[in-house]
Formats: sequence, C-alpha cells, structure tokens
Amino acid sequence: MIDVNRQGEVWVFAEQHGGKLEETPIELMSKARHLADTLKVKLAAVLGGDEVSHLSTELIHYGADKVYLVEHPLLRSYQTNSYAKVILELIGKHKPQIVLYGATAAGRDLAPRVASAAKAGLTADCTDLQIGTHKTGKDGEVHENLLFQIRPAFGGNIVATIINYDRWPQMATVREGVMPMPEPNPNHRGVIVAETVRLAQDDLPIEILQEHKRAKKVDLKAARIIVAGGAGVGSKENFKLVWDLANCLGAAPAATRPAVDLGFIDHDHQVGQTGTTVRPSLYIAVGISGAIQHQAGMAQSQKIVAINNDPEAPIFSIAHYKIVGDLNEVVPKMIRAIKEKGIKD
Amino acid sequence: MAYNCVVLAKQVPDTQRITGKVMNDDGTVNRSALPAIFNPEDLNALELALQIKDRFGGRVTVVTMGLPGATRILRESLYRGADAAVLVTDMRCAASDTLATSYILSCAVRKMDYDIVLCGRQAIDGDTAQVGPQLAEKLGIPQITYIEALEDLHDNTIQVRRNIGNGWQSVKSRLPVLLTVTGEANAPRVAAAKHLMKYKKARTPAEITAEIKAINPNAVEAEIKELSETRCDAFKARGLLIEQWNLDQVEADLTWCGRNGSPTKVHRIQSVVLAAKESKEVEPTDEGLAAMIHELIDDKIIA
Repeated sequence: MIDVNRQGEVWVFAEQHGGKLEETPIELMSKARHLADTLKVKLAAVLGGDEVSHLSTELIHYGADKVYLVEHPLLRSYQTNSYAKVILELIGKHKPQIVLYGATAAGRDLAPRVASAAKAGLTADCTDLQIGTHKTGKDGEVHENLLFQIRPAFGGNIVATIINYDRWPQMATVREGVMPMPEPNPNHRGVIVAETVRLAQDDLPIEILQEHKRAKKVDLKAARIIVAGGAGVGSKENFKLVWDLANCLGAAPAATRPAVDLGFIDHDHQVGQTGTTVRPSLYIAVGISGAIQHQAGMAQSQKIVAINNDPEAPIFSIAHYKIVGDLNEVVPKMIRAIKEKGIKD
Repeated sequence: MAYNCVVLAKQVPDTQRITGKVMNDDGTVNRSALPAIFNPEDLNALELALQIKDRFGGRVTVVTMGLPGATRILRESLYRGADAAVLVTDMRCAASDTLATSYILSCAVRKMDYDIVLCGRQAIDGDTAQVGPQLAEKLGIPQITYIEALEDLHDNTIQVRRNIGNGWQSVKSRLPVLLTVTGEANAPRVAAAKHLMKYKKARTPAEITAEIKAINPNAVEAEIKELSETRCDAFKARGLLIEQWNLDQVEADLTWCGRNGSPTKVHRIQSVVLAAKESKEVEPTDEGLAAMIHELIDDKIIA
C-alpha cells in the first residue's frame, strides 16, 4: 500500500484487447475526469499492451491528461500476473490516489490481484463514484476529499458507500453500462509517458491455448426502446408477444433472469444485476414482477410501462404507466394501437 | 496420480429469497429476514473438486471462515463427499473486508497440503468476486477465474475452459493453481445417504463442549474441559471431528485481520427504495392503450 497522497493522480486502467479499447473504461473516463477536476489533480490512463500506442490519442480525446504507455511483446494477450506487475510497478512509482477499473471479466480478475499485492482497498462493481467527507465514528476524525465508492449489496437490496482513508490507492471496479459513454473531444490535449516494466516468461504462468469470442446477439445498451419479458410471459412460444411488440416499435427485446433461466430467450438479452444495465427512453416490462435485482438494471429508464395482472407487483412502484391486466390481451391491443397511430400519422 | 483439493466455501444470506424487511428501522441489516445457505457457486467449486477426486483420487478439504453456525455448510460438504472440513472462527475476524478475509484464509490454507484450491466465482451477499484472486496472490500461485469446464488434468498440469464474458478461453497451467468456478461448470450432486448417515454426527470442538455442558449442567470447568478433550479425540479417531481453528492456530498476524486489517470501511448504507416520480394507471382497453401510445408519441418517447 502507499500512504495518503493528496497530490496523487486519478487513474483509469485502459483495458484493451487486440488493440481495441474496451467500452467500460471509456465510460469511466468522464466520471474520472470529474473526480480529477474536483480534486484538482491530473487524470491519467494506464495503457499496457503490445503495439497499442495508437490508443493513446483516443484516451486523450476521452479526457486523459496523461497516458502511461507500457508496451511489451509479453503483454500481447491479457494475463493476470503480467498486467498486475505493470500496474503495481506504476503505482509504486507514481503513487496515484485513485485507480479505477472497468468491472469486466479482465478488470474483476486483475484488480483484486493488484489490491492484494498492494495491500490496498478495493470495492467491486460500483455504480457511482463521488468525492466526499467521512467522519470516523470512534474519534470523530475527519477525512476530506475521499472517494465514495457506491455499490449495491445484498443482491441489490441495499446500497453501500465504501471508503478507504488510510491504505491507498483508493481502488474500485465500475459496472458496465452505468455511466454514459463520453463524446471524444479532439481538442483535448495530453501527454504520453512511455514506461518500461521488465517482464519475463515467468510472469506468464498461464498458457492461452484457444480463444473464442462471440458478438453479442443484441446491443441493449444502445437501444432507445426496450421491451422486456419476465417469467409471467409463461412460455418460450408466448415470448413471441414480446418479440412482436419490440418489432413494431423498432425496440430491442430483453428479459429478466428468471425468463432467461426458463429458456425463453438467450442470456445476451438479460437486463438486471447479473445482466446488462440499461437506460433507454422507454422500457416496457411485460409480465415482470420487478425483483430488486431486475430493477437495479433498468430503474434509470426515462419512461417505464409495466403490464402485469398482479396489482401488487413491485414493478408498479417504479412504473410511469401502470397497466393491470392479462398480458395476452394487453400486448396485442397495444400492438394494434401502435400500428393504427402509424397509419393515421 | 492423485490431487489434493482445498475448497473455500461461505455461508451466505439467501439474497434471492428475502422474506420480510431487509433493513431494520435503525439502518442495520435484518439478518433474520435472510435465511442462511451454502453460497451457490461454492457448491459448484465443491462439485468440481469431488469430480477430480472421483477421477484421479486425492482428498477434498472444505474450509469456511465464519461464525460457528457456518458449521452447517461444512457438514453439508461432508454429506456430499468431502473428506474433511475446517471451520476458521474467531471474534477477531469480525468486520474483515475481502483483503483481510483472503489473508486469514491464506493462513489456514498454508497449513494444508494442496494441489488445487477452488472457490466459487463470487458470493451472493457481496458479489465482489475478490477473495479468490486475492487468496491466490497471497499464496503466490496463479489464478484462473470463471471456470466453465475442466478439460484435462495430468502430470501436474490442468487445462480448463473459462468464461471471458464475450466468449471463452481454453487455458493451461501447472499446479498448484487457484480456480474460481461458475454456476455453468456443473450440476452439484446432492447429499449421499451413506455420507449423511456417517457425518450427521460430525461436530466441531465447540459443539462437542456445548453438548457436554448440556448433559452435565453441574460440572466444573476443568471437568468439562477434560470430558471435551476425550470426546474430541474419540471423534477425531472416527473421522468425525470438524477442525476448528482460531487466528492463533492459523498463525495469523493480527495487523492484517478484522477491522484493522481492512482498508475498506462502510461510510453509509441505504435501503433501496425506487419509485417513479409520476405515475398513472392505464385501463387495459383499446382506448386506454391508444391514449397512452399517443402520449408517448407526443412526448417524443416513441418516434
């Protein structure tokens, strides 16, 4: 761990695979920019890889004042130990006050390894980050300008704000899709700092034999309208209602975890705590009771329409339009109403 | 060739099936509203260890850190086929974050003979997925996270398939290694009748002492101690003693345990109450629905 360093920078781990930046660290950049401005320190991106220098400019356009660039042939593919070594050496050298990672598969694999070796704190899967003041309960000691690491816990039933006031850097992973993607600004200026980290074959204890990537079947994060079905839809056959309603609105079809577990639709369509977090203009919930785990992934939608035959369903507490009725009757009527509007206009 | 597996398991509140109010009025978590269960993905880790034992031989030891009540999941592990179980329990473990927890567990695992350490990917109460990688770092061994399948194991080399979110990877490592296992890896076996018959009597020393106290309400401390020791020895001889270790026994440095050893602290906890600012009821009729669609078009929500 490093000591409290008020002049320390704010860092974002710029995760890339095959020379392409991941979306989540980019989403993080605007929030990290805001944190750095509040603390009046620089925002730096940490970019490791093999032949990835072209990504530095991209990171600067997304708001980085500095890019720490570590290029090495042994960093061609992501591996826990080699990447952890890079971050740890840079932390030891530059003593940042905050280090943020996307809560991606690699980010959640890397950050705890780094935290353990650095003996520093780490909060997983944050949905928000703020700067604030903490007063300790025991002696009333006041710690200003701390990173508030805000995350859901107990299956989304509570929201906890976590702090770390003595064993820095303050580190957190941030959930995918909870922060809006910033617009790149080609006028933003920054410097590239090339760093050298010695790596040997021993730093790669794992051998990657084969890798298979697949494109997601649906891009829920980009959808303006989402029509989601829950277990209440009843069957895979009946889930056609969700598809039909989505089709006539040009919407993306989605589902709750129970509906996915029942095999109504593929996991790529899952919204919620263990799926994708979405914030569309319109979210139509069909036969969804509204468990807190599902709400966590969609409550930020601009308008929510809920269709359920149970007037007590929790989804109604967050819905802007509540339709109590049998979805088998309501959905076809809605499709008809939408189509008629199309004709009249 | 036989491989020894150590499985880390956690007893967790069942956050998927919450009964009653989660938060007390004073802002603390109401644990009685949350039934305690075996963390689901830890069962997948145990199953993978048992499959390794079935195919290659070796011993499966399950370790949990928690309150004495967590002994229940250790007995469940024995019913499913584990060979031994260890409860790490000590009041000084209280308020440990993931860093302190992984340190304490590393002290316990160091006492054992292991080739493969297995954990569930994450626990459903915290969902952090941090303890596995942190434990691997503390033990100084490689980690392979998000295991979906065991592909091969021979000559101290393991090959597994891991889920990398947008696809999968097949990777190979020398042992020892730490694996974190996902729910897709397997379907955990249920308790076997023969194990259940044998291990339903399995006890920790604390449970044995409590039972002795209950039968001998008038005995003095020294007598209880002697009776307990004799009985523990007898249980151990029959393979029915669940080991119970405190922080001194695992030789943990207290600087890194409990609240002192935890860099992360809770600033605030809030109950989640989501509510729409404005909401209206829509009649499930053609007219009602058409009016709603009209409004959504007027508000430019629907193009």
